[in-house]
Amino acid sequence: MNFAVTDIGAVLPEVIVAVYACAILLIEPFLPKGRQEVLAYFGFAALGVAFYGTWNLMRTDLTVMNGMFVLDPFGNFFKLLLYVAAAMTILLSMEYLKREGIDRGEYYAFVLLATCGMMILVSASDLIMVFLGLELMSIPFYILAGFKRFEEKSLEAAAKYFILGSFSSGILLFGISLLYGLSGTTNLQALALHLRGAELQNPAWILAMILLVVGFGFKIAAVPFHMWTPDVYEGAPTPVTAFLSVGSKAASFAVFLRVFIEALGGIQSDWRFLLIFLSVVTIVLGNVVALVQTNIKRMLAYSSIAHAGYAMIGLIVGDSLGIFSLMIYMLIYAFMTLGAFGVVMLLRREGVEGDEIRDFAGLARKDRLTAFAMLIFMFSLAGIPPTAGFVAKFYIFMAAVNAHLTWLVVLGVVFTAVSAYFYLRVVMVMYMKEPDEAVQLSAPPGVVMVLAVAAAVVLLLGIYPSPFLDYAQEAVLKLR
Amino acid sequence: MTTVLFSYFAGVIVLMAVLVVASRKPVNSALSLLVMFFHVAGLFVLLNAEFIAAVQIIVYAGAILVLYLFVVMLLNLRAEESYHKQYLVGLVVGLAILIEAVLILSRSGFADRALPAAAPAPDVLSGNTEGIGRALYTTYLFPFEVASLILLVAMIGAIILAKKGMFGKEEKRSLR
Repeated sequence: MNFAVTDIGAVLPEVIVAVYACAILLIEPFLPKGRQEVLAYFGFAALGVAFYGTWNLMRTDLTVMNGMFVLDPFGNFFKLLLYVAAAMTILLSMEYLKREGIDRGEYYAFVLLATCGMMILVSASDLIMVFLGLELMSIPFYILAGFKRFEEKSLEAAAKYFILGSFSSGILLFGISLLYGLSGTTNLQALALHLRGAELQNPAWILAMILLVVGFGFKIAAVPFHMWTPDVYEGAPTPVTAFLSVGSKAASFAVFLRVFIEALGGIQSDWRFLLIFLSVVTIVLGNVVALVQTNIKRMLAYSSIAHAGYAMIGLIVGDSLGIFSLMIYMLIYAFMTLGAFGVVMLLRREGVEGDEIRDFAGLARKDRLTAFAMLIFMFSLAGIPPTAGFVAKFYIFMAAVNAHLTWLVVLGVVFTAVSAYFYLRVVMVMYMKEPDEAVQLSAPPGVVMVLAVAAAVVLLLGIYPSPFLDYAQEAVLKLR
Repeated sequence: MTTVLFSYFAGVIVLMAVLVVASRKPVNSALSLLVMFFHVAGLFVLLNAEFIAAVQIIVYAGAILVLYLFVVMLLNLRAEESYHKQYLVGLVVGLAILIEAVLILSRSGFADRALPAAAPAPDVLSGNTEGIGRALYTTYLFPFEVASLILLVAMIGAIILAKKGMFGKEEKRSLR
């Protein structure tokens, strides 16, 4: 049970990101006001170095730190995705922070620390690490959501997210403590071993499992634990919303999957039923409520809820095809969502909030390229070929059909059709409506870059997905 | 004897925890919390974890709670006139979940089970302060470091959200 120095090599990407974050905090006071965006480049450097590190460690598979931390291709797949999402978030933020008058260097440190939390989360192989990773991810988000602290909406978002988030952490912790009481261990592998031989009649396992579902369900915004989502998404600064809906969701899904497949695989028949129920409610409610939203950020919030419902199908299936489809789904969801939020940010200008759907009126006349990018993202979110969203849904549904859940697929497809209505309404407003006023949209280089990359990836993944699929295939969580 | 003591501590903890939420005066809530912390420390003593019991009292009861009390007094919070309108729904749902949980746990045989073998027995010779130090810096080194990062984030976050004059635009668009 001793600590080996060589273990540090395995957690080096996490250490790098954390060290850079601390460096940002130290340098920040010495920079004059208005020069804080220099620190964003520190953020890029941290993510770049960490990306390089993870890339080199990609195929390693080992458990370090006395079974607390597992370095495997599955975790590394999500880490690479998180680096890209975090870098795109910083790109989106640079100009935005200045315009909103909230350009403080700590912002970038918090983005990095949240990323560090997510990285720990996707690599956690012990329930203690799961909890700590979840907190390290959430606490920066509580603060980032309230970063525009002179705006009531932003503060409301922060307060709501904080109170509900700590409540859900408490429930998760209760579940973890029950598991510890039942098995005497918090290690995922040891739990799995215990479950294999244990008296499965013991109903306390089920109670612990339900509590864990509540805790994770909150983080992935599954109905009925989604109440915070629309308000937080609407109130938080837009780049934070983008990162929250992409990074936090991907990392939470990764850990949800790891805990439930790896540790609680023995009671799959029990959690499967519960998750099917949650998935159905999530898909139905997310898509139906999104229909009546007039605010684009709220609409994207409900769309993010609905997508969580689809992605849960991959977890419900639970075999290697299911895990694979969930990974692909998260990858694609990340790019299309980041892109969509990027377009929303372009509409923001002095005096106009720019987050109502009617603000999109006539965007195609004002700015053809932006409108086209939004069209791609909306098509992709709706799952229309040849965009990536189609590929994502295709694999999820294929996994479900293979697992004899055809009725779930039918329901999913029906509600995908429903979702097309509100996604395509945005496209309709952009192309068919007359613009209210002739204004020039600002085009900060960072946002433009994010839009270009996201649109390119969404199209590429839709037309020629095989390199990504091959990589994900290699990285699928090994079923023990 | 242990069972009696445990029942006493556990009972008071639950009662006080309920009072923390149910009191209408913030000061009463804080004081109930204080009593609860002391009884939690009692539980730790029962588990032969004297060091954690002492830390529980020094840190939670001594430092954190005093801070709470300061905040409550400084902000001059008034007692809540009435409960939130949804409290009836909350009560019903909460009771239903409580009964379910009690039913499940009473059937799970937690009570008549020996302690799990994996729980490390306190090392009598070296004392449990040293034991905790050892565990924190070997087995639990990584979680320990992550926890320190979390505290860093919380500290800086509190400053960002509360300190005056952090943002240039503030004066212009201040709420008040």
